[in-house]
Amino acid sequence: MAHAPTSHAFPENARAALDDPILQRALGNLKRGFPVKRAEVVADLPEFELLRDVARDIKNHTLAHLDAYLEIYEANVVKSGGHVHWARNAEEACETVMAICREAGAKTVTKGKSMVAEEIGLNAYLDDRGIDRVETDLGEYIIQLRDEPPSHIIVPAVHVTKEQIGETFRAAHDGLDPRRGLSESRDITDEARGQLREKYFAAEVGITGANFLIAESGSSVIVTNEGNGDLTQTLAKVHIVVASLEKMIPTMEDALAVLRLLARSSTGQEFSVYTTVSNGPRRSEDLDGPDAYHVVLVDNGRTAMLGTENQDMLRCIRCAACMNHCPVYGAVGGHAYGWVYPGPMGAVLTPSLIGVEGSAHLPHASTFCGRCEQVCPMKIPLTKMMRHYRERSYQNGHGGSIARNALGLWSYFASRPRLYAPMARIASWMLRCLSRDRGVLRWLPFATAWTRYRDFPTPQGGTFMSAYRRGDLE
Amino acid sequence: MSANDPSGSRKPPIKVGLFVTCLVDLFRPSVGFAAIKLLESAGCVVEVPEAQTCCGQPAFNSGDRRSARSIARGFLDAFEGCDYVVAPSGSCAAMLSRHLPKLFDDDPALQHRARHLAARSHELTSFLVDILGFSGISARFAGAVAYHDSCSGLRDLGVKSQPRSMLSKVEGLELKELQEAETCCGFGGTFCVKYPDISNAMADKKLSDIESSGVSTVLAGDLGCLLNMAGKASREGSSIEFRHVAEILAGDGSRPAIGRTR
Repeated sequence: MAHAPTSHAFPENARAALDDPILQRALGNLKRGFPVKRAEVVADLPEFELLRDVARDIKNHTLAHLDAYLEIYEANVVKSGGHVHWARNAEEACETVMAICREAGAKTVTKGKSMVAEEIGLNAYLDDRGIDRVETDLGEYIIQLRDEPPSHIIVPAVHVTKEQIGETFRAAHDGLDPRRGLSESRDITDEARGQLREKYFAAEVGITGANFLIAESGSSVIVTNEGNGDLTQTLAKVHIVVASLEKMIPTMEDALAVLRLLARSSTGQEFSVYTTVSNGPRRSEDLDGPDAYHVVLVDNGRTAMLGTENQDMLRCIRCAACMNHCPVYGAVGGHAYGWVYPGPMGAVLTPSLIGVEGSAHLPHASTFCGRCEQVCPMKIPLTKMMRHYRERSYQNGHGGSIARNALGLWSYFASRPRLYAPMARIASWMLRCLSRDRGVLRWLPFATAWTRYRDFPTPQGGTFMSAYRRGDLE
Repeated sequence: MSANDPSGSRKPPIKVGLFVTCLVDLFRPSVGFAAIKLLESAGCVVEVPEAQTCCGQPAFNSGDRRSARSIARGFLDAFEGCDYVVAPSGSCAAMLSRHLPKLFDDDPALQHRARHLAARSHELTSFLVDILGFSGISARFAGAVAYHDSCSGLRDLGVKSQPRSMLSKVEGLELKELQEAETCCGFGGTFCVKYPDISNAMADKKLSDIESSGVSTVLAGDLGCLLNMAGKASREGSSIEFRHVAEILAGDGSRPAIGRTR
C-alpha cells in the first residue's frame, strides 16, 4: 500500500509519537547506540576532519560538472553491456522499472534497501501490478510485512521491538512452529534468512539502490551489513539499479575517500561489512552475475535543486548521522516527519522534493542546536538551509497568525529603543505583579504553550537598563 | 589581578560595549551587573549603549529577515565605536559574530560595518579567557555544580573550556559533568512555544540527566536555556537551582536563583 505523506501533520504525529512508550524505548536504544560508536571510531581516525573537507570538495566538484559526469557514466555502462534509463520523475522511474520486469517475465522481485525507491513509491507500484516483491534487507523485510514506511534511513525498522518482530513473523510465515523462540536477534535473523533464501533463487529481477555511481568505470557501489545486496544482484537474471542523479562520483578513489566517512558517520563502523561493486551483466568468464544490467537514473527534483541555495543538500550520502544525533528526531522518531526522509536531512530535503506547502513544519521543527551540522560528514549547512525555508514560508504567509503578530509586535519595539525601554519596564512590572512575587507563574495568558509544561520564571524586578541608568551598581 | 591590569600596561584600556541582551535586561539584571564587574576587573572600560534592544535573533530564526535587518541596523549604530562587543550569551554573540553580516548582502556599506562588528563580538567567558587571558576574580560558591553547554555558544563559538576553567577557580565549588552536557535543553527560541510537546520532552530528558548527576545547581551562559530548564524544574517540584555562570564568577551567588524568591 502506498504511504501518502503526512508531513503537514507533524505536530499531531509528534504528539502521538511522544505518547507511544514502545517507540520511546526504541529511540532510547538508538541514542545510546550509534552516536557512542561514531564518537569512538571518529576519535580513532586523526584525519577525519580533513576527510570531511575532501569529501565535500569532491561532491561539490561533481555537482558543478554533473552533466558531464552523467554522460561519461552512461557511456561506460553501455560499454560494459548495460542499459541506462533516464527518469525525470517518480512516475517515469516506476514505469521504467515495471517495463523491465515485464520484459523479464518477472513474478518475483527481490529488492535491497533503497531510499530513492521509497521516495518514488516503487514498492506500492510493483505490488499494485501483481509483482511478488520481497525486501531482502532485514529491517525493510520487517516493515514490508507490517505494511509500514521506514522510520530511519539506515535502520528502517528502528521503531519496532524484538517482541513485535516475533509477532509479525508468526503472523506472516506459514508453518512456523509456535514453540520456536523468536525473542533473540539471532532467532529473528535465522527465521528471516530461511524465508529469504528461496526467494533469492526464485526472483527473476533483483533491484538495488546505489551508494555511488562511478563515472570513470560505469560501476555502481552499494554497502550493506547483511550481504543481501550481493545476493539480490547476483542471483537474479536481471539486475536493476535505481539511483538518484546525485549519487554520481568521478572515480573509485573519490568513492573510497567518501566511504571512509560513510560507515563511521552512520553506524560507527570503520567500514560496512559488504561493499559491493557491480559493473554490468555477467561476462563469459564470470562465475556468476545477472544476464542483464539496467540503471534507472532518477532526477525527481534534483536538477531543480542545482544552482539554488538547496544544492548543498545534494552532497548528502544518506548516512543518517544527522538524525542519530538530533534531539528532535530522538524525541519523536522518523514517522512523525511524515515522509521518506526524517530528521534534519529530511527537514531540508522533503520541502525541496515535495514542496514546502505540505511540509512547512519540518524546517521549523528544530532548535537549531547545530549537532546535525557538527556530525554531517559532507558538511551540509543544514540549519542555514532550514532557515532559508523558514524565510520562504514567512514570505508566503505560512505559520500561525498569533505567532506572526507576536513576532511582529516584538520586532516593532526592538527596532525602536526609545519605545522599547519603557515597554520592557512595564512588562517586567506586570509579570511580577501577576506572580505576586512567587518567582514563577503557573499560567500566563498568550504563553500557554510555555506554561502547559513549565512554570514561567518571573523577572527579578526592574530592567537592567533602568537600574544601570540609576547607577545602582550592586 | 588580571594580566591586562591597566596600571601595568601602557596601552589605553580596552573599551567594551556590553550587550546586556533582551532576556537579561528583562528577567535578570543581576547578570548584566555581574558581567560589568568581571569585565572591569579584567581591566576593561565598560560602556552600556542606551540604544540597545535585541540582536534580532528571534526574527532571523523565524524567517522574518526584514525585521531582523531593521533590528540589526539599530544595533550597528548603538555599538559604533566600541573596541569589542561582549554579551553574556552564546546565542546572541553568535548572532552578532556569525549571522549579522548576512543580513546586509545587498548593501556593501552596511555589510562592511556588520563585518567589522561581527569580528569584534564575543561571548562573555570566552572573551575573558581567550581574548583577555583573564583567570577570574576571587569568588566563593559552595556546592556541587554542573555547567550546561548552550548550543550556539558551544557549536558556533567553541565555548566549552572557558567557563569551566574559570569555574574551577571558584572557592568551594565542585564542578561535575552532566552525562549529556552538550544535548539541547529544548528551548530553541520560538521552538519552545511552536512545538511545546517536543520541547517539553527534551526539557524532561535534560532534567532527568541533571537529577541523576547529583548536583544542586546548574549554570549556563544563556538565559533562554536557563529559563527553560528552571521553569521545567519548578513545575516538576525539583530542588535544583539554576543560575547564570557570570553571577557565580562575579561572586554573586547568594541572591535567589532563577524563578526563586529566596
